[in-house]
Amino acid sequence: MEKPVATVRSAAGISTGMLSIWWLLASEIVIFGGLLGAYIMHRIGHPEWAEYASHTNTWFGTLNTVILLSSSLSAVLAHHAAEQGDGKKAAKLLYMTVGGAVGFLVVKSIEWTIEIQHGYTITANSFWSFYYVAAGIHGGHVIVGALFMLWVAGLAKKNKELQRVEMVGVYWHFVDLVWIFLFPLLYIAK
Amino acid sequence: MAAHKQNFFMKYLWSTDHKIIAMQYLFTGMFMALVGGFLAYAFRMQLAFPGTDIPLFGVVSPGEYNALVTNHGTIMIFWVAMPVLVAALGNYLIPLMVGCDDMVFPRLNRLSYQVFLVSAIIILASFFVPGGAFGGAWTAYPPLSTTAEFSLTPFGSPLWVLAVALEFVAFLMGGINFITTAMNSRAPGMKMFDVPIVVWFIVLASILFMGSVGPLIAGAIMLLFDQLVGTGYFNPGVGGDPILYQHLFWFFGHPEVYVVLLPALGIVAEVITVFSRKKLFAYKIVLYTAIATGVLSFFVWAHHQFVAGIDPRMANVFTVTTVLISIPIAEMLFVYIATLYGGSIRLTTPMLWALAFLAEFLLGGVTGIFLGASGADVYFHDTYFVLAHFHYTFFPIAIISVFAAVTFWFPKMFGRLMNETLGKVHFWITVVCFNGIFLPLFLLGTWGQHRRIYNYEHFPELAGQDMQQLRVFATMCLVVMLCAQAIFLFNFFWSMFKGKKAGKNPWKANTLEWTVPSPPPHGNFAKLPVCYRGPYEYSHPDREEDYWPQDEPASETT
Amino acid sequence: MIESHLEQASTYAADIDNLIMFIGAVSFFWFFCAQGMFFYLIFRFRAKPGVKAEYITGDEKHLKRWVSIPHLLIIVCDVFIIIGAVMVWVNVKQDLPDPDRTVRVIGQQWAWTFVHPGADGVLDTEDDITTIDELHIEVGQVYHYQLQSEDVLHSFSVPVFRLKQDAVPGRRITGWFEAITTGQHDIQCAEMCGIGHGAMAAQIYIETPEQHAQWIRQRGEPLAAAD
Repeated sequence: MEKPVATVRSAAGISTGMLSIWWLLASEIVIFGGLLGAYIMHRIGHPEWAEYASHTNTWFGTLNTVILLSSSLSAVLAHHAAEQGDGKKAAKLLYMTVGGAVGFLVVKSIEWTIEIQHGYTITANSFWSFYYVAAGIHGGHVIVGALFMLWVAGLAKKNKELQRVEMVGVYWHFVDLVWIFLFPLLYIAK
Repeated sequence: MAAHKQNFFMKYLWSTDHKIIAMQYLFTGMFMALVGGFLAYAFRMQLAFPGTDIPLFGVVSPGEYNALVTNHGTIMIFWVAMPVLVAALGNYLIPLMVGCDDMVFPRLNRLSYQVFLVSAIIILASFFVPGGAFGGAWTAYPPLSTTAEFSLTPFGSPLWVLAVALEFVAFLMGGINFITTAMNSRAPGMKMFDVPIVVWFIVLASILFMGSVGPLIAGAIMLLFDQLVGTGYFNPGVGGDPILYQHLFWFFGHPEVYVVLLPALGIVAEVITVFSRKKLFAYKIVLYTAIATGVLSFFVWAHHQFVAGIDPRMANVFTVTTVLISIPIAEMLFVYIATLYGGSIRLTTPMLWALAFLAEFLLGGVTGIFLGASGADVYFHDTYFVLAHFHYTFFPIAIISVFAAVTFWFPKMFGRLMNETLGKVHFWITVVCFNGIFLPLFLLGTWGQHRRIYNYEHFPELAGQDMQQLRVFATMCLVVMLCAQAIFLFNFFWSMFKGKKAGKNPWKANTLEWTVPSPPPHGNFAKLPVCYRGPYEYSHPDREEDYWPQDEPASETT
Repeated sequence: MIESHLEQASTYAADIDNLIMFIGAVSFFWFFCAQGMFFYLIFRFRAKPGVKAEYITGDEKHLKRWVSIPHLLIIVCDVFIIIGAVMVWVNVKQDLPDPDRTVRVIGQQWAWTFVHPGADGVLDTEDDITTIDELHIEVGQVYHYQLQSEDVLHSFSVPVFRLKQDAVPGRRITGWFEAITTGQHDIQCAEMCGIGHGAMAAQIYIETPEQHAQWIRQRGEPLAAAD
């Protein structure tokens, strides 16, 4: 399908693709903001949550934080490569980022399996309900991000639509940022 | 501009053309309006003639009554007002009015409609599941909405939440298109203050929506999990809090009313300028008051919760913000009225609707003050006074302004004119009946009648003859009004095929959509326009013609 | 307005009604001004052959005044409305006077249970009187109500008092009223609570001291529990 002229114009000075990503992230901030705001209100009102939270595994959390941050680094390098017109290199770095996403998800699956086996299920108490839903929605965003990244990488390999490497990178940094908020709230505040 | 032959499926059902997608939203919204209207017919007949066999429905049971009122409200807001005002008009008008060939992301656009359609199917399906449709009010407060043993709608409740959540997703996707297209795809020369107000307002509405719906999406997920998985976010028995849901809901719920109000006001601005041949009085004031209202709308939400069990001291804060928000809205209405001054007013059908919007919304607006004042709301909360207030705002928004829009842009959309006589007959019957339905409801609410009650015979102080007669009168007006919509439907579909042909610009308007053929071809503009001036240069003293299209270069003045 | 159908049966009912009247007066004044101007302009400036409309940008000072002056006046009116609203609200909801009696109001799907202090005047003692769907109180006494819910949200609404308060499961919410006239009136549930919401009616009996004492004598038995 041919791109409409509308897509190519730039009256506001930013490309339409980047503009749409910023608006998407703005709405995501409010979604996660609402969830985390509700979590913080509950946490303040329920001192017993500190005990519940003590059972999260800070090592797994830290490992996942390192994985995500590293994958953000490869996303930045991918953008850099795309800027220089090197689609093949950008694609390779995007695949590495996807690898990080997969690693994150694998670690999380192991973590959750262990927790569920210990009886810390989503219905155990409201702390764990928040834990699974917040981390779960975040995980959903990781999966969607990884899928988009694969699609962008596939095109970038052929040097097509290189501007999308930056777009998916910004989205990925956001996913990281959400985790940076989740990590202390779920793993450190005990 | 690609000229490719398409089969029916590709052209009408799988299209990425913004105009087709707009029609899809419009027709779906119109269909859902018929559904919503039918639900209202059923429950109002029950109120007028309790316990009787309602024609075309049967006897209304207490549970069915609750499902009728719940889904009437839910459908009218999410499947009528929003798709028609934001998605249909946004899709149709924005590319045409900013002077480009389509939306920025046509395939995302198509996807947004498809998600929306699925959400509509789900809400309709919820009527046919065991236990019936959800009946816990459109606000869906837990624990009633989370717990099947309380709601008795084990399938209806989650389907309702799922439908609403998908609708939200559809509009988030649509919103990105509207905002990005308006910001980026403007014709060369079209500066910020040259953009027609309706485009600005749909964009502001999309921003408001995106900024407010997030917490409720979180809340909807939490509600769904409480319903299906056994979590206890809102279950006090396990440390949850029902009031948390209310905050998440109304943090969205209040800005939402401005999400639908702004496009309606935008439509009115376009229509009254054209049919009074006048520049909009103080474009910038209109814009700034809209932005102020949008920002303020995030700080008023708990006026819906004055008696809900929040800390009473908090109520004082929200009374202040709520009464204050009336100020920018009042100013905007005054500016619209001021636009009529010095005009040359033609009372065409679209103009009648636009003027009716102003007259009726004014009453809706002032009656809101009674509710925003906490000391008065202690009495008025959950009475029919609230209901009458929000119908005097919502009906103008979802129905009156939509008729203004449809009758105004019909010639552009279908290349033919609607019949003026039928249009005027439909207008007068609808507006007179509308007042006949809801003015009595102010009285009933003032006399203590509370909401969502299927039969007032249980309440001696509400069962008097005088009150019951008002209920019957309101219901009769509704029945007449619903029947009169047949006039509109006939006019709409007949004119589509047999109406007098309209040229490019039957109304002699300035904005860019009137420079292209009616209906516009795929790609809209044979040659993409350049913009030379604002949208409301009517009756300029230096010109003989009383209008000045935006794309006409200055040197072509007569 | 409300009085024509519902008497002012509590000490603050008149305050609420007066606040409503005040808001009505102010808002309808502006409503009629705006509507009047609106219809006048439509009539005065209807299209006449050969007469062109004026070109007005909205920067013209003599015209802007017509918008900005009402705008400022409305702000002043709003301040008075806010003051009135807060004063009434604080009295009804925020500053609870010391109670002469306390009653417990328990909402559930779909009935109201009222626990009255018995002859000893103290709640949560053996002589408490529990009733379903009827609340008996004595005129002229300051009552605290302790509002609870057994299941979903309900709302304790007494139109003749002009009072309303939502009942939230998991909480006990305290409010107050003092009746000033005797009689029997409606109690409503004012929050959607399921299929029986429409039938969740109760009655309040505001009794003279003698009537109330007699009621206590007749109903009062240790651990009385109505079915």
